[in-house]
This record gives sequence, C-alpha cells and structure tokens, in this order.
Amino acid sequence: MIGNIITASVFASMIRLATPYLFAALGETLGQRSGVLNLGLDGMMLMGAFFAFYAVFITGSLILGLIAAIIVGGLMGLAMAFISVTLKAEQGISGIGIFLFGLGMSELLFQQWIGTPTTVSGIPDVYIPILSDIPVIGHIFFNHNILVYVAFALVPIMTLVLNKTNFGLMVRAVGQNPEAADAMGVSVTKVRYTTLIIGGILAGLAGASLSIAQINVFQQNLTAGQGFIAVALVYFGGWKPRGVMLGALLFSFVNALQLQISVVGVNIPSEFSAMAPYIITLLALVFASKSREKPDALTKPFERG
Amino acid sequence: MAETVLTNKRRIELLEMRGIVKRFPGVLACDQIDFTVKSGEVHTLLGENGAGKSTLMKMLYGLYQPDEGEIRINGKVASIRSPQEAIQSGIGMIHQHFMFVPSLTVAENVALGLKTSFGSMLDLKEISKGLSALSDRYNLKIDPDIPIWQLAVGEQQRVEILRAIYKGADLLILDEPTAVLTPQEVDDLFRILNQMRQDGHALIFISHKLHEVLAISNRITVLRDGAQVGMIDVEEATKQNLAEMMVGRPVVLQYDIPPLERGSVRLELNQVSARSNRGNLGLNDVSLSVYGGEIVGVAGVSGNGQQELAQVIAGLRPIEAGTITVNGQNISGKSPEKMNSLGVSYIPEERMVDGVIKEFTVAENLILQDHWREPFANNGLMLNFNVIQDACRQAIKDYEIKTPSTETPIKSLSGGNIQKLVLARELARNPQVLIAAQPTRGVDIGASEYIHQRILAERETGTAILLISEDLDEIRALSDRIIVMFEGRIVGIVERKDVNIQALGAMMAGVH
Ligand SMILES: Nc1ncnc2c1ncn2[C@@H]1O[C@H](COP(=O)(O)OP(=O)(O)O)[C@@H](O)[C@H]1O
Ligand SMILES: [Mg+2]
Repeated sequence: MIGNIITASVFASMIRLATPYLFAALGETLGQRSGVLNLGLDGMMLMGAFFAFYAVFITGSLILGLIAAIIVGGLMGLAMAFISVTLKAEQGISGIGIFLFGLGMSELLFQQWIGTPTTVSGIPDVYIPILSDIPVIGHIFFNHNILVYVAFALVPIMTLVLNKTNFGLMVRAVGQNPEAADAMGVSVTKVRYTTLIIGGILAGLAGASLSIAQINVFQQNLTAGQGFIAVALVYFGGWKPRGVMLGALLFSFVNALQLQISVVGVNIPSEFSAMAPYIITLLALVFASKSREKPDALTKPFERG
Repeated sequence: MAETVLTNKRRIELLEMRGIVKRFPGVLACDQIDFTVKSGEVHTLLGENGAGKSTLMKMLYGLYQPDEGEIRINGKVASIRSPQEAIQSGIGMIHQHFMFVPSLTVAENVALGLKTSFGSMLDLKEISKGLSALSDRYNLKIDPDIPIWQLAVGEQQRVEILRAIYKGADLLILDEPTAVLTPQEVDDLFRILNQMRQDGHALIFISHKLHEVLAISNRITVLRDGAQVGMIDVEEATKQNLAEMMVGRPVVLQYDIPPLERGSVRLELNQVSARSNRGNLGLNDVSLSVYGGEIVGVAGVSGNGQQELAQVIAGLRPIEAGTITVNGQNISGKSPEKMNSLGVSYIPEERMVDGVIKEFTVAENLILQDHWREPFANNGLMLNFNVIQDACRQAIKDYEIKTPSTETPIKSLSGGNIQKLVLARELARNPQVLIAAQPTRGVDIGASEYIHQRILAERETGTAILLISEDLDEIRALSDRIIVMFEGRIVGIVERKDVNIQALGAMMAGVH
C-alpha cells in the first residue's frame, strides 16, 4: 500500500515541483537579508510566467521565453525597489500592490493577446548519459529540465555569495543595521536595489519554470499563491539558502504525495493538502523567531541621519 | 607616523570648517560655526545636549550637508557628500551609538565598506592580519573572529577606533566616546588618543564632562544652542569658566550641604538577594539602612548589582531571599504600584524605557502613575483635563522644563528635560524614600545642577535617599554615606568625612 504511494515518481515530482519555489524563495531570501520584505513575489511570478509563455507562443524560442521572464522580473523588482527604497513606502502594502498588479496585468494581457487556453512545447528534460540511466536515482535526480538544475545550483551559489563575498557582507549588514552600513560607506540604496532586482529576476524565472517548463500553459492566476508560500519558506528556512531548499523540498513532497494519492485513488480528503500551506506558514513563524540570521531591519525603510 | 593601510594620499594636516550653517525644521542647529583642527592635536567640542555638536560633526562625516559654509582640507575646498567620501578623504568617526552589525565578527565589521564593488570576494584573513598589526601597535587585544555582540562596550569602542585607523583615518571624530565607559576605560581610551596624537592624527573629541575635557584637549571650542560661544586653549580653561561658557550663566559645581540631621530608619534591606537578568545572583545578601534626611550613595562599576538593588526596592524585580521594609512595613514582593502608595519614588536608570512612554505627551507622562487618582481623574474614570494641564504647566515652570507645549510628545525633548519631568512626577508625591538611579546620566550640566539641588532639597525635607551613580564626582558631591558594590555585594561603607578616592576606586575594582 505505502509502496504504491511513495514511489520514485513521487520523489521525482518533489524535485520538479520544488523548482519554482526555490527560484522565488532564494530571490526573496536575498531581498529579505538586505532588509526588504517583498510580498509581491506571486505577482512577479505571474508576470514572468506570462511573458515567458507569450514569447514562446509567438516566437517558439525557449531562449527568448527565458529572456522575457528575466527582463520582466527584473523590471518588477526595480518597481518594488523604487516604491519601497526610494519612496520608502510601507513594504507590506507595496508588496501587495505589486502582487495585485501582476495578477491583474498578466490576466489582462493573456485575455488581450492570447485569449483561449493553449499549450506550448516547453523546455525538454535533459538526458544525462549514464546518470539518467541509473535505476531509481536516475529517475529521481537526473531526468529534469535545465531550470530544475539551475534552481538547485543556486542554493550553494547563494550561500557563497552571502557569506564569502563583499556584496554578501554588504547585504547582511544592510539588513541587520543599515545605519552602520551607511556610516561605513556602503550605499544602502544600491544594495537594496540590487537584491530586489535579482529577486525579481529569480521570481520571473520561477514563473517561467511553471509556464514553459513544468505545465506549459498559461491561465489566470497560474501560480495559485505559490509566491506567498515562497515568502513563508524564507522564514521557514531561517533566511539561509539551504534551509529554504529543505523547506521547498518538504513542501513539494507533500504536494507530490497528494498528487500521487489522487492518482492511486486512496481516499484521503483533498483538504489535507490544501491545509499544507497554512501548516508550513505556521511552522515558519515558529522557526523564524529562533533564527540568528533574521534581519533586524526587515521591513524598515532606511533614512540617513 | 602611522601608515594607513589603504592609500598613500596626502595626510590631513589642517581641516577647516568655515561659516557652517545647518537648519532643521524649526531648529537652527549650527549657526555660522568656524572650527579647525590640526594634525597632532585634540580639539574638543564642548556643549550641552542639543548644542549642535553631533550635527556639526555629521556634516564633516558626510551624513548631513551644510546649508551654508565650506569645509577645507589642507587649504583646498572639499565637498563631502557621503560617509564614503569622508572615509576616502581620511576622516573617521566614532558615533555616539556604535556603528556595528552586532551579529557579524570584528573582522567582518571592519571589512564592511572597505570594498564596495559588488564582484569581489571577502578576504577576512588579510583584514585580521592588518588588525593584529594595529592592535600590537596600540597595545590592544582584539580577537578578529569574535562576533561584536560578545564584546563589552569598552572593547567595542576599541574596535571602532581600530577600524577607523585601519580605514586610513587621519582625522578621527569621537562623539561622546566616554559616555559609555567606566573610569578605568576612560583612562585606557585617553592612552590610545595620546598615542594617536603623537602619531600625528588630528582628533576631535566631544564631551560635556569637564574634567575629561581638561585632561585630554589642546584646544576647546564651546557651542551653545547652535552658536559658537568661544574657543580657548586648555591652559586658560578651568572647570568654572568652561561650565559658564556652556550654560551661559555661573554654575555651582560645589554644593553647600547642611549638616546631616538623621531621622528614623525609612528604608531597610535585610539580607536581600535577587537574580539578575542573566540568572545569577546579581544581588547577594545585601543589608542596608537608609535614614530620613540622609543621602546614601551607591558607587560601583556598572553591572555590579546597582541596577538590581534599585529594582528590588522599586518592586520591579522579585527577591530570592531577605526582607525589605519601608517605615517598618514589610514590602518584599509588593507591586510597583503598591510601592508608590507607600511613598517610594523611583527615578529609573533607563528613563526612556522605564521612566516615560515615548509616544505620550509631556502632560500624559506627568500623570502616568497618578492618572486614576483625584484630582487628575473623577472617580477613577474620566481624566480631568484642566487640572492635568494646570499641574503640568506648574511642573514645567517649577522644574524649568524646556518644552514647546504640554502636548509635545516626550520623545522630542532633550534628555535633561525628560529627566526633569520624571523628577517632577516622582517628587510631586512627597516621597518617604527616593531611589535615584543614574539621575544625571546623559544630562547636561545646567540640568544636572538643577537635579542635584532638587535632590538636596528633598534631603532637607527628611526623605531617605538612595543615590545610585557611576559618576563618582556626583556621589561624592551629594552623599552623606557611600556604599560600594562589587559582584552583587556591599564591599565597603564610607562616611562623607572619610572619603578617599583611591580607596573607593580599589573597592570598586574588587580589591579590599
Ligand atoms: N535629524 C534631525 N532633524 C531635526 N532636528 C535635529 C536633527 N538632528 C539634530 N536635530 C536638532 O538639532 C539640535 C542639535 O542637535 P545635536 O547636534 O544632536 O546636539 P548635540 O550633539 O550637541 O547634543 C537639537 O535641537 C536637535 O534636536
Ligand atoms: Mg550629540
């Protein structure tokens, strides 16, 4: 029975489903470590998902799809930076504004430019000689599209950037004590713009990983709140890339299990998986207060003097 | 000459600020200030709180831009638009509040801002090497790998200084560096500053403690209410003339204290122990009597149980053992409210946290404890605004509190004025026992003098007063008896006539 449910396929889907969460939550981690809470993540993902889909739909080029997602995501990040860093607006509210904009705009453009639900042929899975052929392991780990590998590669890269580079030091300092960073000659504005633009780009890629790699369609509210779960995953992961990855895996494991259960036809209420986001969020809040990495200046706009 | 790690740029030989004006909404913070400092000298900026010292220096460090006037370095006009540009020009600043990221290590905090290009890798090893070279030179022990929050305040300050030197500061601004230090640490700081002066650094020292200013300065510029009162060489300076320049009127530095007329025992502690926030016995088996009409000073290096002592008496901290009585009535374990009604008044150490509610107005803060009582409230329900306003205006007048109105939020008042308000509130109740914890810390001379006079007047009326202070001068000036605390115990009791400063210092350091 259990063997029917927990199969290699479940683990393979876990990895695949974790991808958009990883992109979005790693970008969010960077932004939050610099002291900016971006609640607009879901809206950014939707915009990235739509433009990637549209570019592929029109041109058939997957590369152009990815570039579109990167540009649109970056622009959304820039907008968030302008509102929350330059205009010093309340971050929670500006994030919600960005979300609503992304939600509405992506739907509007979809209705105007495409109209009817269609599919595109998305990014194919990569066949890795030998590795992909290993029984079970190959199926779980080495049978995915390129974005999956990129997302997981970003985990150590992000850790390295945060802990071993001057930029990472500036990010951490700006998130913990922007006055001190400023007094030491670090431009709080530049650092926060940079983290938010990178975060936007990653959110755009998160969207693309849905619309042109995972499900290859676009529809209204395609993300269905995944961006918000990604925000919770940052708290859950204690603002550390590895913690965020563990959270994303745990969460998508639950998702994958739920899919499998419905396939196998076991009688477990679907409310079970519907509850998962809330449970994760609650866990996140419990863990969050314990993390040493929590940025003290999170949500606080910086003003000199 | 100290070699700087960063560049071979020309050293700052002479820095001039000319005709500097800075306005904030409703405040002229600096009015046509001229200030110069040379390599190899300590030029002190002296002035009461709010005189404009920090503002002037923040303009030098690029945090604010002057509205008028110019800054010249070695004769050439310099525009300093950000801290980054200040650092590049060879200017460093130790701020009133340290500029650290507490969770980062010493080396990381030093690395911060050193390279602002986004691409480069951190090289903490090199920084640690540079730091140890500097700490050898100045004979300071610093572990570069320890997180800042684990360091004591004095050590943090040393890291600030080393960091500034490491970043190539020829000119170092120290904004009230001694405010957070013990007397021993002040001596250490002055040793470092003397060495820096010999090395040819230009130093700007900010303080309002006169004996320190006289001990370290070459020249002294006095500011008052944003204006420059004068500049004198240290040879011409005395405590008296400096105080007068600061306050703008003659100031009493030595009080005439009438002979002690001891009443009955008002406050008695019998073998009291209490835990500190860290969980150890912060107060260990303390017995003490304070008589009416007497001021008992509590001396000691900060963190040796003074705070716990004040808090147990005020009912803010539970006691583990022993009894506390006020006028013979056992009050151990009573609430702060109950203490109030028994006639215990408390001037807390952290006045912004325990003394007032920052967001409340002057009037609201004044009735904080008595708000439910007649005449401020009718039947404990409705606040009686006219009565409150009258009482408030009276207090503002009596205590010379400088505030635009009774409805001003308390947080926009200066420290001295807030303290006067706390005092007004606490003394209005005609207390039997007054606990004054650091009553003049961060308070300017004029206000300190006023607060001292009020405490002495309270002594005259027969109140039993416990004065807790890290300022030995204050303790000596006011106390009839001095007790010294060390590691939670009372290690010495000295009568006013027997006070010997060396002996006190030794007891404070735990040598007895
Ligand atoms: N950022 C600011 N905005 C408005 N007013 C300020 C600001 N900084 C300082 N002030 C005012 O300028 C005056 C001088 O303050 P400051 O330079 O901090 O004095 P000091 O350092 O001598 O105690 C005070 O009246 C203070 O309230
Ligand atoms: Mg100041």
